[in-house]
Amino acid sequence: MATEQQLENFRREVAAWLQANKPADPGFLLPQSFMEVGSEQQLDFLRDWQYKLWSAGYLGMAWPSEYGGQGAEPVFQSIADKEMSKASVPIAFNVIGLGWAGPLINDVGTEEEKSQYLKGILTGEDIWCQGFSEPDHGSDLGSAQCRAERDGDEYVINGSKIWTTMGNYAKYMILLARTNPNAERKYDGLSFFLSPMKAPGIDPQPIRKLTGEYGFTQTYFNDARIPASCLMGEEGKGWQLAMQTLQYERGAEAGAAGGLSMVRIAFEDMIESLQGRQRDGSEVLHDPVVRDELMQLLIEDKAISIGEKRTLIGALNNDFRMSLPLSTKLRWTEHARRMRQAAVRLQGSDGGLYVQDPEAVQRGFWQRAYMQSFSATIGGGTSQVQANIIAEHVLGLPK
Amino acid sequence: MDFGKTQINFSEEQAMLLDAAQGMCADLSPIDKVRSLLEDDKGYDDNAWQQMVDMGWTGLALPESVGGSDFGLGALVPLFESMGKSLLTTPLMSTVLAGECLRRTGDSATHVFLEQIAAGAKATLAFVEADDWGAQHVNTCIEGGRLKGYKRHVTDAADAAILVIPAMRKGVKVLTVVRGDQLDTACRTKHDVLDATRRAQSITLDIAEADIVVINGEVDRALQETQLIGALLVAAESTGAAVSCLNTVVDYLKTRKQFGKLIGSYQALKHPSVDVLCAIDSSKSLIYQAASEVQAGALSRDARIACHMAKSKASETLVFAGDRAVQFHGGMGFTYECDAQLYLRRGLWAQQAFGDPMHHRKRLAALIFDAE
Repeated sequence: MATEQQLENFRREVAAWLQANKPADPGFLLPQSFMEVGSEQQLDFLRDWQYKLWSAGYLGMAWPSEYGGQGAEPVFQSIADKEMSKASVPIAFNVIGLGWAGPLINDVGTEEEKSQYLKGILTGEDIWCQGFSEPDHGSDLGSAQCRAERDGDEYVINGSKIWTTMGNYAKYMILLARTNPNAERKYDGLSFFLSPMKAPGIDPQPIRKLTGEYGFTQTYFNDARIPASCLMGEEGKGWQLAMQTLQYERGAEAGAAGGLSMVRIAFEDMIESLQGRQRDGSEVLHDPVVRDELMQLLIEDKAISIGEKRTLIGALNNDFRMSLPLSTKLRWTEHARRMRQAAVRLQGSDGGLYVQDPEAVQRGFWQRAYMQSFSATIGGGTSQVQANIIAEHVLGLPK
Repeated sequence: MDFGKTQINFSEEQAMLLDAAQGMCADLSPIDKVRSLLEDDKGYDDNAWQQMVDMGWTGLALPESVGGSDFGLGALVPLFESMGKSLLTTPLMSTVLAGECLRRTGDSATHVFLEQIAAGAKATLAFVEADDWGAQHVNTCIEGGRLKGYKRHVTDAADAAILVIPAMRKGVKVLTVVRGDQLDTACRTKHDVLDATRRAQSITLDIAEADIVVINGEVDRALQETQLIGALLVAAESTGAAVSCLNTVVDYLKTRKQFGKLIGSYQALKHPSVDVLCAIDSSKSLIYQAASEVQAGALSRDARIACHMAKSKASETLVFAGDRAVQFHGGMGFTYECDAQLYLRRGLWAQQAFGDPMHHRKRLAALIFDAE
């Protein structure tokens, strides 16, 4: 176990390194999250940054040293991540590899899979994507229909996947596909693949988002042939692996390599963005009406943060049990949406400008951030579905 | 930029106190008891008051040197949350705040009154003279050997043995202590309080200076800090009331049928109920965070931030919960018989007490944005 002193020394070392190595503004838009990488230019920049982070020893610290990690205690990576957040450095973009596929391979993969895939995830050389959701099966993942049929030494894949983050750049995909459409339980017909993306018959089509940016693809499989060795675990046992992957995705299980997956946007960033802006001939932050709205947002921000601490105190959770844990996603995502919407509204006439306009405030950062916030109020179960769940499970209201 | 703290310190003792207080308040104040007191002149139950005194609640936050138990101000939050939950009112809040204000002046002449309060004497503090909780100015003054003035919204004044009354003397703000028996019925007018569980009077003062005790010391700071502590206690009480209000609504949504369905199955009623729940969660987090910050000494910036936030949120929450409770009960909600009105009226009264939500957000903004 590392001593407090060793941890503090490490924290200082990381902070100093980040200070010295934080890349300068590249002069073009950087993605606010790993779901918005939309150009080669962005990709090259982020790949360089991730490689630099890894080379310096601040990524995958807790992964085994034989696969590119350092076998260190996980607390070191947490400290490094916190310092990255404080220093507002760019994201470690290869999130599906670093955070989801990597931990899975690390925990349940074969020796061969580990040596083949893990290091490339850390260096950023091998970009990973995820093929779970389908156009007709979003929340109901167990009904996925994309087919994988064994043919000799290969599987033949047919169907399509959607919301594939970085699908057009990825080298590999964690793919959930149906190997047995006649299984008694729909879950038992699913298998899990570590599939190549660059193969004949695999066609990722970029999806343009409301922000105008790219980042997702719809991925079509037309008689795509992948080696049978891509199957992870046993045929028909894919559902368990998919569920385990979701545990990493939701942060419920440890193992992620670390790094930031999105730009942290806090209340104080909004205040900073408004500093010095004018309204009615004086500073906007002196306007009593504006202040009142900002204080409402700040109170909400604080209340949700404090709620995370209150969850841990049993006696203060007796009235509506499970309310705090079940509402966290709803609360944070809706709050972020409202805060960013306000940040845009308070910009004055420049608030009507967007990323290409030289007069746009912070190059349209808040406009993008606001529109982007819907990815969280919709993805992972919409706010309306969350409200139903809370009403039924916490308040006991009928379906 | 520093927005204050987010941690909660909640001790085993406080957890036990919360548990005991909830049980006691529920026993003392079932809803039919609350209703029986609405039109009662006194407005509270002597037995309930005596039990609180016996439990040492009037001296809970007072130092041992005056017979208190020195549990800290934070310990009052679970008490008032529990009282709010059962809509139980007694002169406890008025008494505790009068003691708190006296103590914060640092004047040793307060000692004797603090002993009386810790031992169970009823007290009150005459905060406002008009309708502005933001006013620092006091018109009541000692001149020509007499204390003269007018105070409004003096809670629980009818039974108070000790009345703490801010006044000006020779251009300096002081606290005067007047005994209840020095105020005859002619100088008292009973308010018709919107929250019918509460009692308050307006008081016209004309008493010889020789008959009162004058407290000096840090009077301005004591008053300002006591107002914030009062705001926190009302916030705690409001949060408790909002919990019961939501439970009342949910019970109805689970039993009332329309168009062949339980109305609780309609999303139009479900989703706002969840909004109320989330507002209660916020209020509860904020009052217990504030409870962790308020201290016997001068209130820190963090403590003041926390109290402003707690009052702003909890006041809005109870009005919102009460408002929706009336609406969701449909025609029943429009009647006096339906309990929804009790919570709504409590909320409408409580939002004004010690400053409304905008008052607190205005001061919060000053703490956040303006250098001190």
